[in-house]
Amino acid sequence: MISRKVVGPLVCLFAVTAFIWIAVGNGKVHYLPYYLPCPEIFSIKLQYTEEKLIRLFPQLFYQQPRVLAPKRQDVLTVTPWLAPIVWEGTFNSEILDSAYRPLNLTIGVTAFAIGKYTRFVGHFLESAEKHFMKGYRVNYYIFTDNPETIPNVQLPPGRRFVIVPIKKYSSWQEISMRRMEAINKHIAETSHQEVDYLFCLDIDMVFYNAWGPETLGDMVAAIHPGYFNVPRSQFPYERRRSSAAYIPDKEGDFYYGGAVFGGLVKKVYEFTKTCHMTILADKANGIVAAWQEESHLNRHFLSHKPSKVLSPEYIWDDRKPKTPEIHLIRFSTVEKNYKEIRD
Amino acid sequence: MGITKLHGLAILVTAGITAAIWRRDVLVLTPWLAPIVWEGTFNRDILNAQYMQNKLVTGVVTFAVKKYVQFVEGFMSSANKYFLAGHQVNFYLFTDKPEQISHLQMAPENHLFVIPVQNYSRWQDISMSRMGIISRYIRSHFQYDVDYLYSIDIDVQLFEHIGVEIIDTLVGTISSWEYNACRESKPYETRTESQAAIPKGEGDFYYTASFYGGSVAEVYKLTRACFKGIMEDRKNGIEAKRHDESHLNKYLLYHKPTRLLSPEYYWDEELSQPRIIQVKRMCSVHKDGKK
Repeated sequence: MISRKVVGPLVCLFAVTAFIWIAVGNGKVHYLPYYLPCPEIFSIKLQYTEEKLIRLFPQLFYQQPRVLAPKRQDVLTVTPWLAPIVWEGTFNSEILDSAYRPLNLTIGVTAFAIGKYTRFVGHFLESAEKHFMKGYRVNYYIFTDNPETIPNVQLPPGRRFVIVPIKKYSSWQEISMRRMEAINKHIAETSHQEVDYLFCLDIDMVFYNAWGPETLGDMVAAIHPGYFNVPRSQFPYERRRSSAAYIPDKEGDFYYGGAVFGGLVKKVYEFTKTCHMTILADKANGIVAAWQEESHLNRHFLSHKPSKVLSPEYIWDDRKPKTPEIHLIRFSTVEKNYKEIRD
Repeated sequence: MGITKLHGLAILVTAGITAAIWRRDVLVLTPWLAPIVWEGTFNRDILNAQYMQNKLVTGVVTFAVKKYVQFVEGFMSSANKYFLAGHQVNFYLFTDKPEQISHLQMAPENHLFVIPVQNYSRWQDISMSRMGIISRYIRSHFQYDVDYLYSIDIDVQLFEHIGVEIIDTLVGTISSWEYNACRESKPYETRTESQAAIPKGEGDFYYTASFYGGSVAEVYKLTRACFKGIMEDRKNGIEAKRHDESHLNKYLLYHKPTRLLSPEYYWDEELSQPRIIQVKRMCSVHKDGKK
């Protein structure tokens, strides 16, 4: 009845609990063994499919790039650590497609549809099929506690839809923060063998315009639409020193959004592991970061800078008025009643 | 643990980032999203922290054949001061006159290896033989010693720091003569009989053969491909217009660099300095020894 995979961690949990209970005896301090990371999962050595570097760009005719003709003089297009910031106008899709398509890559997408959020799956997938990585093999991994409510979708060849059952947690903050652990576990068990690149997206969003290979990179983060034009002192970083996600006042590059991140599957594995560790560290100290895992994501990307940054075109909020820098909205939130769906 | 050291460095560094360092007057990103490195586009402290975390070693390959031996001292003294200062650099100096290389003062973290090579009567042959020699030595030695490798002409001197902003998988430098030329005027090889021929209507930038590099694996592929092209051309009785530079440009058209260096990184002193060149980091030196 209980699968073998569960027995191991359960025994380990029991043993640790028993040990602590014996060791502490009748002490007044309470330990929370539930939050100790399970050693089985985090020590898995990842065998990933080999990294494919760009090798060959076939013959192609396109307008000559000119040194004295910069694109997008209105926005920053390269970070101080020389990572590109992807805006409409900075790249040529044809050139990138010509190099990436022959590599036969598989792109994975994770999205969490817990509780009432399952209602967003249909629209998300429908729009993704129109705009996300057209011409590439894509695996959608929909993590849900309610597999029956997910509509059965028929996808064209090369595009796969996989339901990943997970447990529902008590509060929406908890659900949000457990995403890192779930993604990490799933990579270790399944997706590292199936995909080359992995994107972790929010489900309550819709694609409106093309999202292509310009987004592929070792470690990719996206700039939050609410904070791309404000000084770093106004970024909603976690400001309490006791949190593992703490960022002091005078630091910070950008405020990255938690709704979009990705990269090579092995990099996403390492990243989600680190974030989950810092989230657990906070839990042990009884603190929850200001914006849950988004705060931890920002802390991580401050010390381990992303190799590519996506402009807010890739992570827009429909409630925001469009500013002149935003020429194109590719991926944006869906109008919803937060109170209603979060209980 | 290594992470905490980087953490500390990162704190120091991010505290120092100014609001916006950027260049609006030049192209800083290619259409295939490779950054073009200009003064004002990067923060070397952040890049240094990343480089040091990975414990990387970089090599420099340079040739001093026949009269070019006169440039060795000027090159080595300026490179020791300005090339990846503070990081370990292995200099591989290929020369036909090893006995004429006087004792050179190296920075404590750097190493110098003097390797004898054959000379040729024509300078074009000397120039083109470099590709074959580099690929051979990568296979036999360099792949075990360095992570990144750069080929630099010997008749240059460095006047400003060239740091870890140059470190990437495949790196080409935009020629200081041709940075503003349109495709048709660029000195690509056009005769279809040559392996280096680039068809009309194609071409991104004109790269200089005086400074290129990347990961040791990618430089191996590049030098091997160019060497094969040169040999094939020789068999067919043709020599490309700009010799090994033509073959380099053909290779970098279809294997696009992951990072480009602006002409700051190799500036021909004969040219007058335009406004877009805020810094001349490495300049050619004339044969009579004068700048």
